[in-house]
Amino acid sequence: MDRMELRLTGSGGQGVILATIILAEAALYSGKNAVQSQSYGPEARGGMCKAEVIISEDEIGFTKVMKPTFLLALTQESLNKFGATVDENCVIMMDDSLVEIETKAKNVIKAPILATAREKVGKAFTANIVAVGAINKALGLASFENLKEAVMGHIPAGTEEINIKALEMGNDLIK
Amino acid sequence: MTRKVLMQGNEAVVEGAIKGGMRFFAGYPITPSTEIAEMAALKLPRVGGRFIQMEDEIASMAAVLGASAVGTKTMTATSGPGFSLKQENLGYGCMTELPCVVVNVQRSGPSTGLPTSPSQGDVMQAKWGTHGDHPVIALSPSSVEETYHLTIRCFNLAEKYRTPVILLMDEIVGHLREGVSIPENEQVDIIERKLKERPDVFHLPYHVCEGEYVPRWHLTGYDVRYNITGLAHGVDGFPTNNNEIAGALVTRLVEKINHGYEDIVTFEEYMLDDADMMVVCYGGTARSVKTAVDMARAQGIKVGMFRAITVWPSPEKELKALSKKIKSVIVAEHNYGQYSLEVQRIIERPVGFVGKVDGTVITPDEVLAKIKEGR
Repeated sequence: MDRMELRLTGSGGQGVILATIILAEAALYSGKNAVQSQSYGPEARGGMCKAEVIISEDEIGFTKVMKPTFLLALTQESLNKFGATVDENCVIMMDDSLVEIETKAKNVIKAPILATAREKVGKAFTANIVAVGAINKALGLASFENLKEAVMGHIPAGTEEINIKALEMGNDLIK
Repeated sequence: MTRKVLMQGNEAVVEGAIKGGMRFFAGYPITPSTEIAEMAALKLPRVGGRFIQMEDEIASMAAVLGASAVGTKTMTATSGPGFSLKQENLGYGCMTELPCVVVNVQRSGPSTGLPTSPSQGDVMQAKWGTHGDHPVIALSPSSVEETYHLTIRCFNLAEKYRTPVILLMDEIVGHLREGVSIPENEQVDIIERKLKERPDVFHLPYHVCEGEYVPRWHLTGYDVRYNITGLAHGVDGFPTNNNEIAGALVTRLVEKINHGYEDIVTFEEYMLDDADMMVVCYGGTARSVKTAVDMARAQGIKVGMFRAITVWPSPEKELKALSKKIKSVIVAEHNYGQYSLEVQRIIERPVGFVGKVDGTVITPDEVLAKIKEGR
């Protein structure tokens, strides 16, 4: 497996950092190597937020994203900023409420992540878990069981049902 | 095989510290080391230890030395600005031979600089930050798993050599989350201070046994009093102006570390067997260098990496030996050129340099460009 470089972007509070932590853990549970890092500072608390995870079968040297192979954008601002610099091999997953931009990426997936969380799961705050389900399905990072286990390790007691529902609905967004 | 778990570098410090015997932490939170204080506050009480948030970094360092003076294994953690404040008491720890571990998760300086950005600008401060000639041991990890093991080692070296030991981290590794495999009931070697024969009878506190370099510890808590001072002191622990005694003390303090060179100094060699070029680095920078070496090797360039795990004392013997067979040497570090001076001193010829002071991480491409240029 080649080195996969995932960059998840959105606005602070949408949970993109936790999403990368869950994806990294799920990859580890599936026997792969993973490193995760994130942007710190005021931007992580309301402004634009960026978090990264690198997954590989091999030992991971450099810990940051060089050429993203995957980009998630949950806000227009983050899509505009990070979508413009990717190359043709990068898979972009954008929320379907956003306006498409000019990009070199050949594979752009428009997915109703925010709407699914808000309307079908019924809680807007589960958008990151919906995204995790969709990303894992699109990229085949980990088994669904491993992904579920990683999610369960990070959610407050009493929210298990709604988060698993979000994960399953995210998974089902990708055919 | 133990299943890997995702852990942050700063978290691994606390896991390693507790495994290494830490039972006291005093600190003042500062980015990018704050998670260490948070985790210590959470985990120390669970093992019967004590966490104190002090009013500042100076007091934290003093509290750590105080706890060490009653025989506890202690640690504090900080970043550049706090590391500066700790320097006076750090020297007091060197002079009084009070073991402790000081973690510095380096961020961009000088002054308060860029709080969330990586740097290795404190590498010389780790050696010369406190005044006077003094012993220094500093270890620098390049992965989360290594952070765990090196923290344990810091505690062992501190006790063995009775001196503060610096865990010189950087934001790259401190804030990195990656998979670590730590067996649950893993057996690790733990070193305790060598004790004087009887704690209840007065011994000269700084008397050094024949054939040893480090005074054995006079256990406290008994009806015996002895003096500890930052002034030059004789074996009785009391201040002296005797030049002979003062000279012998400072000489022993420095030589106890030199004497332990083989025991203290560790390093990693990567692809050096047939190399005609090597990139010297330490800490988180090694992640960029290793990837750059792989990229260069794929292009047929015979380059390798030498990583100092023990930054101080520097791996002088190994670097000198390698420099005899390897033509060009490049140093990569996140500063304006500090350790490169040390490497230059050791190998007695100029080195190539890749550095950065803008708060961004040196990329493998940047190292590769230098490798190609230096060919």
